[in-house]
This record gives sequence, C-alpha cells and structure tokens, in this order.
Amino acid sequence: MKLSNVRTIMRRELVGYFATPVAYVFIVIFLVMSAAFTFYLGGFYERGIADLEPFFRFHPWLYLFLVPAVGMRLWAEERKYGTVELLLTLPLTIGEAVLGKFLAAWLFVGLALLLTFPMWITVNVLGDPDNGVIAAAYVGSWLMAGGMLAISEALSAVTRNQVVAFILSVVVCFGFLLSGLPMVLDLFRGWMPQVLLDGVANLSFLVHFNSISRGVIDLRDLMYFALVIGFWLLANRIVLELKKAD
Amino acid sequence: MLAARNLTRRFGPLLAVDDISFEVEPGTVLGFLGPNGAGKSTTMKMLTGFLSPTAGTAEVFGHDIRNDSVAARRMIGYLPEGAPLYGELTVSQFLHFIADARGITGDDRVGRVADASARLELGAVMQQTIETLSKGFKRRVGLAQAILHDPPVLILDEPTDGLDPNQKQQVRQLIREMAPDKIIVISTHILEEVDALCSRAMIIARGRLLADDTPAGLLARSRYHNAVTLHVDDPERAASRLGRLDEAREVELRNARVTVFPSGRGNLFQAVSRVIEEENWPVQQLQYEPGRLDEVFRTITREEAA
Repeated sequence: MKLSNVRTIMRRELVGYFATPVAYVFIVIFLVMSAAFTFYLGGFYERGIADLEPFFRFHPWLYLFLVPAVGMRLWAEERKYGTVELLLTLPLTIGEAVLGKFLAAWLFVGLALLLTFPMWITVNVLGDPDNGVIAAAYVGSWLMAGGMLAISEALSAVTRNQVVAFILSVVVCFGFLLSGLPMVLDLFRGWMPQVLLDGVANLSFLVHFNSISRGVIDLRDLMYFALVIGFWLLANRIVLELKKAD
Repeated sequence: MLAARNLTRRFGPLLAVDDISFEVEPGTVLGFLGPNGAGKSTTMKMLTGFLSPTAGTAEVFGHDIRNDSVAARRMIGYLPEGAPLYGELTVSQFLHFIADARGITGDDRVGRVADASARLELGAVMQQTIETLSKGFKRRVGLAQAILHDPPVLILDEPTDGLDPNQKQQVRQLIREMAPDKIIVISTHILEEVDALCSRAMIIARGRLLADDTPAGLLARSRYHNAVTLHVDDPERAASRLGRLDEAREVELRNARVTVFPSGRGNLFQAVSRVIEEENWPVQQLQYEPGRLDEVFRTITREEAA
C-alpha cells in the first residue's frame, strides 16, 4: 500500500465532488436538516440545557439517508461509465483505490460536519456547555459516518446502478443502526444466549455512538468503528475484484 | 517484449478468449482484427491486467500480469474501448491526475502533461470540462492519457473509432511517429487501418487466433492477389482472349469488368498490357490487384464458422 497512490485517488475524488453539484447540495441539505431537527424536533430552546444533545441525537437518522447518497456513486458510477477500467489499469492496487475513495468521502462528510460550528458557537453564547462532551460527540458522529460510508462504498461496488446501491446501503445501514434497539433485540431475547445477544447489541452504531457522545471516548468504541470500517473496506476490495469487469 | 501465453478467458459458459499465444517485439504495430465480439477487447483487458485470465498469462518485459501486475501496468499505456474519462474534471485536472497516478512529479509532471497535450493538440481545451467536449476531443484526451508517461507498450482499443477522416489521419500519424521504438497493439474492425498502420496483423474470431501475419502476407492469401482487373468495351471477347494467356489461370467476368487471375507463370500484368496493345482495345480502366483484405477476412472468419 503506497500512501502517495492513496493520496492521488483521494485528491481526484475531492476535486470531482466540488466540480459537480454533489458537494454543495449535500452540505446545504446537511446543514439545513441538522439545524431543523435540532430546533424543531429536538426542542433545543425548550430544554433549557446548554448542550448539543438535541443536535447529535438526530445525526444517525440524517446519515442514514445522506451518507448512502454520497457513497452510492463511488464505484457504481465508475463501472457504469467504464472509468473503472482506466482507474484499475493505472499502476496502483485495488486496495489503494478503495481506501483513497473512502478517505475522500469521509473527509468530505467531515467537512460538512465541521461546517455545523455555528451550532457550537450558539450553545457557547447561550450558556456554559461541557465542550469536552461536544468534541467527543463530534468525533463519534464522524466515526459513525465513516462506518456507514464504508458500507455504502462496498455496496456501491456490487452494482452499476446507483439507485440500487443507494437502497441496499440504506437497508444495511439501517440494520447496523437498529441492532441495539429493544425492537430488534426483543426478537432474539429469550431464545438466544446472552453472549450472542450482547454481540448483536454491540454491532449497533447507535450504542457506540451514544456511548461516545456522552463524552467518554472508550477504546472499545473506537475499536468497534475501526473494525466495522476495516471489514467493509476489505469486503469492498473483494467485491470489486470479482465484479469489476462485469 | 510483450508476450501472451495460452491466454484464455471464460465468462460463464462463454469462451471469450480461447488459448491465444503470441510475442511482440518493439518496433511493431500489431493490429487485432476481428468481428465485433470476437474477443479483441477481452484480450486487451487481460494484457493490461484489468481482467485476470481464466488460464494462461501474459508478460510485459518480464513482468507477469498475474503476480507482478503493478510493475507490468507501469510499462503500459492503455486506451480502453470507448475512451472512458472522468467527465466532471477539466482536461488539465484529468491529465495531472494521470501523471500523479503514474508517479510523475515536479517539473517532469508539467513537461509531460504539456507534451502530451501538444501532441494531441489539446491546448485550446485544457481548461474545459471533459463532458462538454466533442467525441473527437474526448478520444484525443484518452490518447493523451495513454502516452503521458511515454510507455514502451501502448494498447489502444479502437483508437480511431468515431473520429472524422481528418482526425483519423491525425491519430494514425501519431501512432506512426511512436512506432519505431514501441510495441503498439491496436484493435480495429476497419480493414484499411491495418494496411495503413500495422506491421503485423492478427485475425481473431470467436476468441481464437485465426491468422498471424504481415498485412502483405494476408493480402497474399487473397484470391485477388496479383490479379488484374480491366474495364473494356467488349468484355466477353477480352475474357476469352485473356483466358488463353499462359500467365492466366482463370478469368472472371462481372458487370463488364474482367478479372484475370494469375497462374503463377510470368508476369500477368505485363502480359495483359501486351495483349491490350496488340489488340488495340479501348481500355477505360486497368487495375493491378494487390489482394483484397476484406475477402481474406471473410474467408478466414467464415471458414472457422463452417
């Protein structure tokens, strides 16, 4: 794995984002929606507490639709237009291409997340929040976005149709989000041994995100996101190897 | 040297490329000739390391495309079929990306991009978004991308497809200029291109290598090779008179055109000219036939089907 190759791919992707409306539409929608959720659904003012819990609470649900929208084109588009043949006959490996694309998308989502800083300023003007908790929640949110992106990128390699890639990604991300909720766990409770039940619950983005966003960056939560991202990037490499020429 | 060794590729039940082997030395322009769906593109995809062979392998200057793929790809410039490009980038952004991916840095990067864009006359469109370009320009961007790192091996899948006659001429000229010290493999279904460009031609159909020869060698397989065709006022009389020549094997009469086939003894063209002079025929057209590639192509690809 050569970092210079990863960087080359990453840079091309980022240039591509900003050369099309994709980047601007995504950023604007993300900012507007996250603000709307915070103030209307989250009851930001009514709570009377100076924190960003109502802001972060809706991130998983926003990401559920927005992240697959970023990820769906990553490989499906390359395959549809045949550029995958150009890309993968350059002297770089599939792993470098997969990682470069992932990092570009992840940085891009990170940028959108950073642009929510007025929210942070607002809460600091209004009161005296625990900025450590807020910073941790930002990290958690970004990690969760990374997990969903890795899923979306891998599933985007499965098909050359972006709509199919999008729907598959939303479904799988939804599964990963919900696996910690009672609604899913109740299905397994009673007949599944506790160890496996904990396993299912532990697969959940929500559980780990919530744990980080309470302000505790636990190594286990970091490991979890690293493993999820690593697993899906690896899956991506394998899928691409098998499907690139179809 | 570029070598294919028993290259085979299967797509499910379909045998797309069936046990193709060959070797090419620098200074060769090799033309893959074949009907659509013959396996030309699939062969190229394997040579460039995009597609892994079901069996067999290929080697690019000693680098195996299966286990040493990145090193092999470094030596190759490739224009995939249809010249796919990143439409949202400008030509300049795109070529710089290719330079980066090829590991070309610093002054070299600026120089190579400038050189490739000058060779393909892209100067005027460097800052334009690729998707807004005409088909001809897109194809030239694809070619610029392939020659950017001055590779010893160029693999060009239908490089002149969709270009107008002037642009075709330009691309052929470019290929000729690069030919002396490179291995260039092109695929085409335009027969004249083989004659105009290639020093070696392979006919591929249904995944099999059916002929591997020089264009002249292929022409020599034609029934029309060294034949003489003439247009005269009284073709029947001409046919019977010419048929008696020792140099003629056979005479064919079609739409007032007489074609005389050589027997292999003596020089048929001279003999025919002599008769014309003796008989004082008013000849409207007299044509020496080097051979007809389309006929060779049809014969070879059909024989196989039969």
